[in-house]
Amino acid sequence: MTTEQALYKYCLRLGDNALIQSYRLSEWCSNAPLLEEDLALTNFALDMIGRAQLLLSYAGVVEGMGKTDDDLAYRRGERQFTNTLISELPNGDFAFTIARLFFTSVYEYYFFTELQNSADTTLKAVAAKTLKEVKYHKAHATDWMLRLGGGTEESNTRVQAAVNALWMYTGEQFETDKADAMLQDINIAVDMPPVKDKWNVYVQEVLLDAGISVPVADYMQTGGRNGVHTEYLGHILSEMQYLQRAYPDATW
Amino acid sequence: MDVLEKTDSIQAEMLRHFEEKIERGDAIEPRDKMPDAYRKHLIRQMSQHAHSEVIGMQPEGNWITRAPSLRAKQILLAKIQDEGGHGLYLYSAAETLGVSREELISQLHSGKAKYSNIFNYPALTWADIGAIGWLVDGAAIVNQVSLQRTSYGPYSRAMVRICKEESFHQRQGYEIMAKMMQGTKDQQEMAQDAMNRWWWPSLMMFGPHDSESPHTGDAVKWKIKRHSNDELRQKFIDKTVQQAEVIGLTIPDADLKWNEAKGHYDHGPIDWNEFYRVISGNGPCNRQRMEHHKRVHAEGAWVREAAEAYRLRKEKELLHL
Repeated sequence: MTTEQALYKYCLRLGDNALIQSYRLSEWCSNAPLLEEDLALTNFALDMIGRAQLLLSYAGVVEGMGKTDDDLAYRRGERQFTNTLISELPNGDFAFTIARLFFTSVYEYYFFTELQNSADTTLKAVAAKTLKEVKYHKAHATDWMLRLGGGTEESNTRVQAAVNALWMYTGEQFETDKADAMLQDINIAVDMPPVKDKWNVYVQEVLLDAGISVPVADYMQTGGRNGVHTEYLGHILSEMQYLQRAYPDATW
Repeated sequence: MDVLEKTDSIQAEMLRHFEEKIERGDAIEPRDKMPDAYRKHLIRQMSQHAHSEVIGMQPEGNWITRAPSLRAKQILLAKIQDEGGHGLYLYSAAETLGVSREELISQLHSGKAKYSNIFNYPALTWADIGAIGWLVDGAAIVNQVSLQRTSYGPYSRAMVRICKEESFHQRQGYEIMAKMMQGTKDQQEMAQDAMNRWWWPSLMMFGPHDSESPHTGDAVKWKIKRHSNDELRQKFIDKTVQQAEVIGLTIPDADLKWNEAKGHYDHGPIDWNEFYRVISGNGPCNRQRMEHHKRVHAEGAWVREAAEAYRLRKEKELLHL
């Protein structure tokens, strides 16, 4: 594997996470429990589409085959997508969406904080821009974890169920492989164990404050980063890519 | 003078004072005295406007996940967010008249409050997203520009903000149509088909002809409404016909032609039977739109309750510190 190939993979994974998470959040449009929340969740989706555009465009440049962000978003199949599984799970109820946003935004907060020190100037710039947005996502998700955990019996039960169901999808966020190791050697990629430690500390603290127990199960699902997904991804792609696939000669 | 006569004379004095203010062109503010009928008219109109913004999120939201490029998705999502934001300003502006958002929503659910009839039509293809932005928002802007000078201060200020964003929406819709008309044969057909389906309902957005419009009298006298339905509709037609020609779309009206003497386009008859059929509940999507809004509102109840319970608990904790 060349450095370019590793970097392509790295950008693609980050771009795919943003793209697929934005897809799920955008599904809340006109479906949220209050209008303010409709605006907040779709606003986060907008941030993530912007991030996906930057990262996928850069992946296209690094790959050197002349592909655009749209080519990568709309013309790849299920097995070529490299987002984490947690990004693609269906929204479930509001508690499930918030708990997912909590787990992913806390991870992204610490991850992009570190990526600001990357030796790759594009990634460094993307990280600085993303961090500003992710701070809000994390603050918003944290507020709601506390509200749902400490609200009513029903909200506590729902958010606890969401945390339990999502827990086994959180570990994949910290996985690394050869590509990451290669890039870490030249100070491009983030060193993951410290990110994981910080994530653990923050998550446990908030769950404790919110009156939510931390799941004990330690089996972690894996596969997304290597293109082995849940059944849900195929449905996302068939919807998202429908016009591009049905009218391959058209530009929109 | 007995008590009743005295009350009557105070009432008459108040009304005179109010009408003088309107006459001078001063804005009416929330704390000003205003006739009950004025307040009622405004609540009805502003809540209808707010509900329209919110219900209008549904047909467009229906295409977010299928938007054909990242840029198109971003623009559409930003636009729908603006609509939601407009709904929020308008609910807040209506709240200055002493009615809560919760009450307004329950009036929507009971059918007492209406929303714009246009959203009872389905958004079937991507070109419909273009047509909605260009025609529906285009028609809405004509109305809203006129409302920037409406007599109630909070409503007029909300309209000034809203108009700025709406003109961006209209350009977004027009850009989608223009791009499709420059595209493949399939895209051109899709665009023309959307034009054919959205043109007449867009003209109906301005409401019945002036001779048939039930709410016009007081609304004009009190300067809530500054232009008549037919005046606004004509303005919309005049500006839109040329825009259609530029990108090669045909307006589906065989009687449409320029009238040199009047300096306006003449248009064919509007099918008011369709208008009344849709407004009375038998449009293609009336049920779907209301059921969706009700379902989402009901499904979200536990979240709103949790937020309220948490807020109360925190307040209590602060008091006992």
